[in-house]
Amino acid sequence: MDLILLFFIFVLAAFLGLELISKVPSQLHTPLMSGSNAISGITIVGALLAIRTEEQGTMGMILGVAALVFATINVVGGYVVTDRMLQMFKKKEK
Amino acid sequence: MEANDLINLAYVVAATLFVFGIKMLGSAETARRGNLISGSGMLLAVVITLLAEGLDYKWILGGLLVGGAIGLVAARLVKMTAMPELVALFNGFGGLASLLVAWAEFEKIKASGWEVYQLETSSNPTFSGFVIYAAMLIGGVTFTGSLFAYGKLSGKLSGSAIVFGGQKAINILLLAILIGVGAVFTWSSDLELTYKLFLTGVGLSLLFGIMGVMPIGGGDMPVVISLLNSLSGVAASAAGFVIANNVLIVAGCLVGASGLILTVIMCKAMNRSLGNVLFSGFGATSSSG
Repeated sequence: MDLILLFFIFVLAAFLGLELISKVPSQLHTPLMSGSNAISGITIVGALLAIRTEEQGTMGMILGVAALVFATINVVGGYVVTDRMLQMFKKKEK
Repeated sequence: MEANDLINLAYVVAATLFVFGIKMLGSAETARRGNLISGSGMLLAVVITLLAEGLDYKWILGGLLVGGAIGLVAARLVKMTAMPELVALFNGFGGLASLLVAWAEFEKIKASGWEVYQLETSSNPTFSGFVIYAAMLIGGVTFTGSLFAYGKLSGKLSGSAIVFGGQKAINILLLAILIGVGAVFTWSSDLELTYKLFLTGVGLSLLFGIMGVMPIGGGDMPVVISLLNSLSGVAASAAGFVIANNVLIVAGCLVGASGLILTVIMCKAMNRSLGNVLFSGFGATSSSG
């Protein structure tokens, strides 16, 4: 893909991210951090694409599978733990 | 080609879901739904990626099962009070994954040589070198920094700030060496040399993550984890540039930017500046955290 185009979407995403959150109540700081941590596990897509049947050699394969395991822990654990935090938060509200 | 279009279209949808997810996580009424929406974006991104050609499904299934089981059990069993430190640990794993993705791509280059790689991916070697090093460096710092923060929060390490003479000078020197190694790595095309430089960079960035968190007290760890969370987003984004993948670039950058804002908000809530938290070394006594 065109490099400049990728850089273009990077810059736009940066500005979007900066504007996305403004006033967050302090009880939500940790869940928001945890929830966006789960999103940063998107690198799982990169790990999936690194595990290929062709060439690349043993070392590349080991690195890819290790990346996938760690990214999956980040994603699955991140979403589940965020959900538990928010569940707790809801009970407190009542 | 058609499969690729479909995949990229699904990535756009996934990125949109992440945007809504983050937005909704910022308000009490919508937070839980926001997390679900962001989660469905992630599921979509993962499932659609499986349509890509040439993947080795045997290993992928194994990796997903192992990682998924560990993540699920850890998140389910953790006590409510121990959740922040678990998030730190997960965040570290995300950083490590980005490091490994960049490394795996570098192994591919090493196996085929720059010329073949360049032809296959129509990439620019200098740019590839730069983003591989950046993803490795930021991912590595995130990994050990988060592990150290996890140790401090969970009480496995002493929560007090560790400060010693010349610490700042050492850290600045370390950073300068990291940048220097990166510069040579980026502009050299000698694969023997660059491989050694890469491994040196891995070691130094892991060390730098520890050195950076060391002088910060346990009470300030939530802010540090928030900053490291932002960094893990930047690492994912850099990994996205390595493999020219737009969903990694967008989602990683979103987390990087919104995480930075959240970090600043958290500092303000403590009546501190970010610089004060990172460099003062007095956090252990000044915060109740």
